Amino acid sequence: MNRSMLLWIPLAVVAFIGGWFIYGLAVPKDDMLHSAMVGKVLPVFTLPPATAGIEGLSNLNMADGKPRLLNIFASWCIPCKAEAPQLEALKEAGVEIDAIAIRDKPEDVAAFLQEFGNPFRRIGSDSEMAVQLKLGSSGVPETYVIGGDGTILYQHIGDIRAEHVPMLLDKLRSAQ
Amino acid sequence: MKLIAASILLLAAPVFAQGTGPTPELANRQLPDPAQEATATKLMHGLRCIQCQGQSIADSDAPMAATMRAEVRQQISAGQAPEAIRQWMIERYGEWVSFEPEMKGAGLILWAMPLLVLLIAFWLARGLFRRRT
Repeated sequence: MNRSMLLWIPLAVVAFIGGWFIYGLAVPKDDMLHSAMVGKVLPVFTLPPATAGIEGLSNLNMADGKPRLLNIFASWCIPCKAEAPQLEALKEAGVEIDAIAIRDKPEDVAAFLQEFGNPFRRIGSDSEMAVQLKLGSSGVPETYVIGGDGTILYQHIGDIRAEHVPMLLDKLRSAQ
Repeated sequence: MKLIAASILLLAAPVFAQGTGPTPELANRQLPDPAQEATATKLMHGLRCIQCQGQSIADSDAPMAATMRAEVRQQISAGQAPEAIRQWMIERYGEWVSFEPEMKGAGLILWAMPLLVLLIAFWLARGLFRRRT
């Protein structure tokens, strides 16, 4: 290689880095931390009831042969309030929804359900976030599609908007 | 108007956005065995907090970091090896949770880069010295 060829190398490096910057700016950033548990079986856990009158939740409750949703929510979480109508719509479409309440108090959960309705069959209370950690979940709200055998099939991060409802129904149908 | 402003202020208070719950016992309490505690602390500095993202779980005060510290201490006191616990976290959150990238895939480039740069430097320097003599 002669000297004049070598002179092009710095320019090539700078052009490469510049191209990378442009790519980084052009491609929308995915800030969400996806669970690595998708495709695996639910971790073993047993959670006490989150509020009076509704049973708690264990992983075995979700392996009864029927695909379902597992909603991770909290009464103090504002997007969780926003997704309540969508959960209601999913329930009306015949979907069984179990839930885990994160760092919540029984009276707060009760007030939340009173105000926004209760689409849940069971609600486990995860006051120390231990089960959330086991699930690879990083925040509220999150919704998991669980197969009939208790396998985690899909993770939806953030609130369920109206446009996500058909997609979730589709995932549940193909899990059948 | 004042009422609206006040309610917007209430919404903005970040303290409310974490809920209330007990802090796991082992989150902020050291293990009785100093050697085990040292191992746990070292690992905690190498794991990323899921909630606050830029901080290690040893440095973060977020509830999720507390839960993760408790998990680390509990597994260490049960005799689990630190690397196994790191793997346990990676199984749940992916490579991202570890501050020590593994020597494979994109991580390999990271590890090999200094060596590569050094080799190129040697090669360039060799050419320069040869011309002098």
